[in-house]
Amino acid sequence: MKAFTEHTGKIAVLNRANIDTDQIIAKDFLKSIKKTGFGEHLFHDWRTKDDGRLNPDFELNQPRFKGASILIAGNNFGCGSSREHAVWAVLQAGFHVVIAPKKKINNDVIPGFADIFRNNSTKNGLLTLELKEEQVNELIHLVEAHEGLKATVDLPAQKIILQFTNGYQAEGEREFSFEIDPGVKQHFLEGLDEIGRTLKYDKKIAQFEKTHSAQMNK
Amino acid sequence: MIQIMPKTLFDKIWENHVVTVLPDNSVLLYIDRHLVHEVTSPQAFEGLRLSGRKVRRTELTYATMDHNVPTVDKQNITDPIAKAQVEALEKNCAQFGVTLYGLDSDKQGIVHVIGPELGLTLPGTTVVCGDSHTSTHGAFGALAFGIGTSEVEHVLATQCLVQTKPKTFRVNFEGKCANGVTAKDLILKLIGVIGTAGATGYVLEYTGAAIGRLSMEARMTVCNMSIEAGARAGLIAPDETTFNYISTGNRPYAPKGKKLEESIAFWKTLRTNNGAKYDREITIDVSKMAPQVTWGTSPGMVTDVSGVVPKPGEVSGLTATDVEKALQYMGLTPGQKITDLKVDVVFIGSCTNSRIEDLRSAAAVFKGRKVKQGVTALIVPGSEPVARQAEREGLDKIFKGAGAQWRQAGCSMCLAMNPDKLKPKERCASTSNRNFEGRQGKGGRTHLVSPEMAAAAAIEGHFVDIRTWR
Repeated sequence: MKAFTEHTGKIAVLNRANIDTDQIIAKDFLKSIKKTGFGEHLFHDWRTKDDGRLNPDFELNQPRFKGASILIAGNNFGCGSSREHAVWAVLQAGFHVVIAPKKKINNDVIPGFADIFRNNSTKNGLLTLELKEEQVNELIHLVEAHEGLKATVDLPAQKIILQFTNGYQAEGEREFSFEIDPGVKQHFLEGLDEIGRTLKYDKKIAQFEKTHSAQMNK
Repeated sequence: MIQIMPKTLFDKIWENHVVTVLPDNSVLLYIDRHLVHEVTSPQAFEGLRLSGRKVRRTELTYATMDHNVPTVDKQNITDPIAKAQVEALEKNCAQFGVTLYGLDSDKQGIVHVIGPELGLTLPGTTVVCGDSHTSTHGAFGALAFGIGTSEVEHVLATQCLVQTKPKTFRVNFEGKCANGVTAKDLILKLIGVIGTAGATGYVLEYTGAAIGRLSMEARMTVCNMSIEAGARAGLIAPDETTFNYISTGNRPYAPKGKKLEESIAFWKTLRTNNGAKYDREITIDVSKMAPQVTWGTSPGMVTDVSGVVPKPGEVSGLTATDVEKALQYMGLTPGQKITDLKVDVVFIGSCTNSRIEDLRSAAAVFKGRKVKQGVTALIVPGSEPVARQAEREGLDKIFKGAGAQWRQAGCSMCLAMNPDKLKPKERCASTSNRNFEGRQGKGGRTHLVSPEMAAAAAIEGHFVDIRTWR
């Protein structure tokens, strides 16, 4: 995968909870044996009407989000199947970063992303950022108030820096910091070849296999 | 005196499989069984080809095709893209030396049905597959979880995965279920209580008297839907029920004779020690539980069959907008009785509920009755061996006699990648695992239920409370 240090782009909002992988990339597009060609089918059933025309009511079809590369979604984004095609579709539709809220309801925490989707994203260089619910609400509010709002995601500094340009009521910058697992951060900064790294442990794996086979009685 | 730290079942399996700890504190986890199917593997094999890598342990890797398979005449795939995907798996298995149970095999079927059938799924092992319902195999006390295609390639090349240690979550099902309340209802109830992200970051361990009484098939139903609660995996400690399943039937990869005895001695150690700590625990009393029916577009949107469609704003953990969207898609109004909902299609199948016991329970409902006029009922066995067993028992005749369709093995209308699809606005009582928008066909409306509940809905044309219906 390519290394990720910083990304600047327009923000789009799709504020729905539990967006599942069937919505992200419908099963009709899983039959390909290639890794490309998924971007145009992102959110197909929401994006298009039954007659195949664009659905103007769908959030991401609004002209103000055209060309966006940072997506804000609701909590538990990417739940459902393990299909990595979902991550390929998000990336190939032009998104580099997805932001989702970590919600607290009573004592329960609802994470921003589903486990397998998040894992798959990391392997492909799609940055998934979990922010506090208040932060995400404020971000959404600012995007609503400032058409075409852009942000820079600075991974080494762990910051999202909003850029207000002249002509808007608010001018200047506004920052949000985020947390990220140090291992995942390193993975993105290096553009890690994970299989290549694991293969360097070949001797350890072979050694493990000898004792493990005996123990597992295989 | 040496004090031994009490461990959970999960801890024991995890520790047995850590090859090494990596600099970032993740671990290389060894994988004992890698199951492969046609949809999530072609790009992984292509990755191996491009980098000149081989499959490290072909004898631990097994493939079948299930997602794309037509269920009327499975050899005859008319969709050229689906056909190309199935042929790609044949070609990849031949080229890389992987055993394939293909469309001409008498062992072919849904990957999570055939793994246990073949004796590939064993207690204490790690099992992965490019499919989220790999959690099914946890019913045997195996640490089993779904992975993406990059990870499929990683396992093919290295027989390991890079993993961070998940937390543990004990779900204790206490009490005795009423007649008509099944494993499917237990897991749907749990998801309703903790939510579809309630177990994200955790491995669930199911315990308690209600779990101990379940057959292996029923335990697989419970573990299968662990992913619908967001969990990495679901586990049930192996016991006599598990050992009996493994030592009987035609299971070519299960240990036999002295090896089996030694294995059972080891498997008996795979229990959570007294005093071991879980990160989270919950107890659910099953004795007053009703059969469950989902009303929305996420498995956590579920209620008792005796209940009503809820009002937006009155569902805990969900915003009014999310509930409104779900009800609009489902064509439902708050306050409607669940038992008043009419169904157009009934689907009995999928890796959740397509095993022999599921078919027997459905057949017991269909026997001597007729599918309601206007309702289409599809019975899709999970595998060729399940289909043959059902036919030996005459279940196929009961289904056909009732006016239901007896199909060939595959994933079928669980995800509708093959020709079995709902039409827009068709309402379906389904034994599958996901009621997402469009899951069973664009615009289709899915209600998740147990096999008995689905069969009874087929007879009456609407949902009924199976506890009082019989």
